[in-house]
Amino acid sequence: MAISRRKFLGSFGAAIGATTTGSLTKAYGAANKHFKGYPGSSGVLHDTTKCIGCRKCEQACTKVNDLPQPEKSFEDLSVLDKKRRTQAYEYTVVNQFQAKEKVFVKKQCNHCLEPACASACFVKAFKKTPAGPVVYDDSLCVGCRYCMVACPFEIPAYEYDKVLTPRVTKCTMCAPRLEEGKLPGCVEACPREALIFGEREALIKIAKIRIQKHPDQYVDHVYGEYEMGGTSWLYLSGQPFETIGMREDLGTKSAPELTSGPLSAVPIVVGLWPVLLTGVYAISKRKDKIAKEEKDEALQEARVQANEEMNQKIEELREKMTKEKTAAINFEIKKALEEAAKEKEAEAGEEQDSKTTEKLEDSEDKGKQEE
Amino acid sequence: MDLDNRIPENSKFTVFNVVTGIILAGGLVLTILRFTMGLGVVTNLDNNNPWGIWIGFDLLCGVALAAGGYVTSAACYLFGLKRFHSAVRPAILTAFLGYALVVLALHYDVGRPWRLPYPIFYSQGTSSLLFEVGLCVFLYITVLFIEFSPSAMEWLGFKKLRNWVVKLTLLLTIFGVILSTLHQSSLGALFMIAPSKLHPLWYSSYLPVYFFISSMFAGMSMVIFEGSLAHRYLKHKMDETHLSESRGVAFGFAKAASFVMMGYVCIKIIGLSIDDNWHYLFTGWGLWFLLELVGFVLFPAILYAVGSREKNLVLVRLASIWTVLGIVLNRLNISVVAFNWHLPSAERYCPSFMEISTSVFIVTLGIVVYKFIATRMPILHEHPDYKAH
Repeated sequence: MAISRRKFLGSFGAAIGATTTGSLTKAYGAANKHFKGYPGSSGVLHDTTKCIGCRKCEQACTKVNDLPQPEKSFEDLSVLDKKRRTQAYEYTVVNQFQAKEKVFVKKQCNHCLEPACASACFVKAFKKTPAGPVVYDDSLCVGCRYCMVACPFEIPAYEYDKVLTPRVTKCTMCAPRLEEGKLPGCVEACPREALIFGEREALIKIAKIRIQKHPDQYVDHVYGEYEMGGTSWLYLSGQPFETIGMREDLGTKSAPELTSGPLSAVPIVVGLWPVLLTGVYAISKRKDKIAKEEKDEALQEARVQANEEMNQKIEELREKMTKEKTAAINFEIKKALEEAAKEKEAEAGEEQDSKTTEKLEDSEDKGKQEE
Repeated sequence: MDLDNRIPENSKFTVFNVVTGIILAGGLVLTILRFTMGLGVVTNLDNNNPWGIWIGFDLLCGVALAAGGYVTSAACYLFGLKRFHSAVRPAILTAFLGYALVVLALHYDVGRPWRLPYPIFYSQGTSSLLFEVGLCVFLYITVLFIEFSPSAMEWLGFKKLRNWVVKLTLLLTIFGVILSTLHQSSLGALFMIAPSKLHPLWYSSYLPVYFFISSMFAGMSMVIFEGSLAHRYLKHKMDETHLSESRGVAFGFAKAASFVMMGYVCIKIIGLSIDDNWHYLFTGWGLWFLLELVGFVLFPAILYAVGSREKNLVLVRLASIWTVLGIVLNRLNISVVAFNWHLPSAERYCPSFMEISTSVFIVTLGIVVYKFIATRMPILHEHPDYKAH
């Protein structure tokens, strides 16, 4: 399922690449960029079918690295009854597995081509040397133990007992001895040639020839050729690797590939965030500004409108008042005229009785009214 | 006269002071043990389990829960939500103390703490995500210190310097958000190097995104949670503005957190689908995963939504505690519980009593220092001389 999906996505990506850039070679070129290790670097081939579990390698390791002697002597093979891992003062351990038959497997640092520990170390205390070994510099180490979290083979150990000078410890592939032209301690001590030291490329060829010659004796896989991007230590087995304590689900991606995604996001965030955030700030500022302007405008408008309304009201009032005034005057005039008319009628009745005397009075009244 | 002297002395022996005093004294003993006997004696760490709760809780949870600093200052200064202004100072103080304690806790955990500046000043391992974390935390703690410093300067009366530093607010806020984005996400990305050790339900290529997004609602929830604590114990230090704005801050963040948490649940489901991990849901690990995602993210998200809609402060505060617990659960799951899940139970890690006590000691130290500062400096109220700001 997973492969078909990957294939599908891959072809999809290639199609996009082809249409956008017009050249397929570029896409394939990027896919082929794979670090195959330093040319001519050394490694060790561990043929587990030859191992007899004598622990001579452990003994030699303790000796050449000046490690404290363990409680139980190296001749005591009862320690093999329990599965062990590397410890602060045991750089290598031999484990015994009961698959179809008894199998002994030596465990130590696999000296990855692109080591997880070196990729994880934030002070560059680990280094993959071009000669092959992955070496550790305790003068830089802070003791954060992220290398131990990162290592897929669970190899680095820590001196938890040291209070102020704890170091991370692991197999060095005897890097100092290699410089002197010597073999790694364990390889030198192995009585059965279960360990062969040599150029990694040559060792892979030897391993494949062995598989080809004795397909009945070996599983058709060289463990370490591609695991976690490839390791300097290589393994041959007669049993499925999963049954002899070696994980087959690690994949072929190297540790740096696993973290390259989030690391590549850093410059994008650093480049993009200031622009985005300043933009957000500018937008919120502008919104505030526009809101203020709108408010001011609305206020101004309201003020103008209120003024107009008031003027209109005053005008209306004035009109109304003048109207009322004229109406009142007219009414008064009308009333006066009516009264005058009534009086006239009354006078006309009395005219016959006293014509001469009232004529005088009448003219006097008229004069008063006009005033 | 005798009586007068005795009253203030008696008030020192409050329940708070006695309990924290005992814890701090215990912490001192543990510190001496750690630096005289070594990690092997004090912790249950071993070669298979190099990281315990000092990393899983003190570092991962500490940093996530200190995210309130960048969330609140961004809300107030960048997004222009001015009603959050009174929440900025307490959030910045908590963030600063949180990061300071993270760095303090690291001194207990790493082998040679005096070399902690090495990755920044001496030998830069730029291929490491831990380098990114270290650099960003170093820079961000500096930013937080500067952001916090005006409170101390107002208290001490350094008026000119204070006014100059306040001018940097916008720049520092943007810088803080960038640095937070980077190191919050990098803390998740730390575990991307170990797909063979972390359970597939928690391992994802989206780990950095999950950590960053969850840090947002972790920060908001801590602001609400701390707000409720401060209201209970430090109310007399709050001014009118703070008191009148605090409800709005709680409901505003509750609503925002609810949205972000729903989004987080969605991207978790997307991650689950992309890696096709559905079948793991029907295992014991799957139930544990669902408890974390449904019980401690989706459920408090709904509580937040209801609480903010109905303006129910109690519900919102409850949701904030629940969310904070969910963050702790998530960070511990990734660093401790689901890490090394493939190992037989005899080789698994369980924190020692002294490890837990040291973490308790460090949290207590934070609370004591917070109280010390909040009762003296203008954190929950504005300094009368600087009201204009």
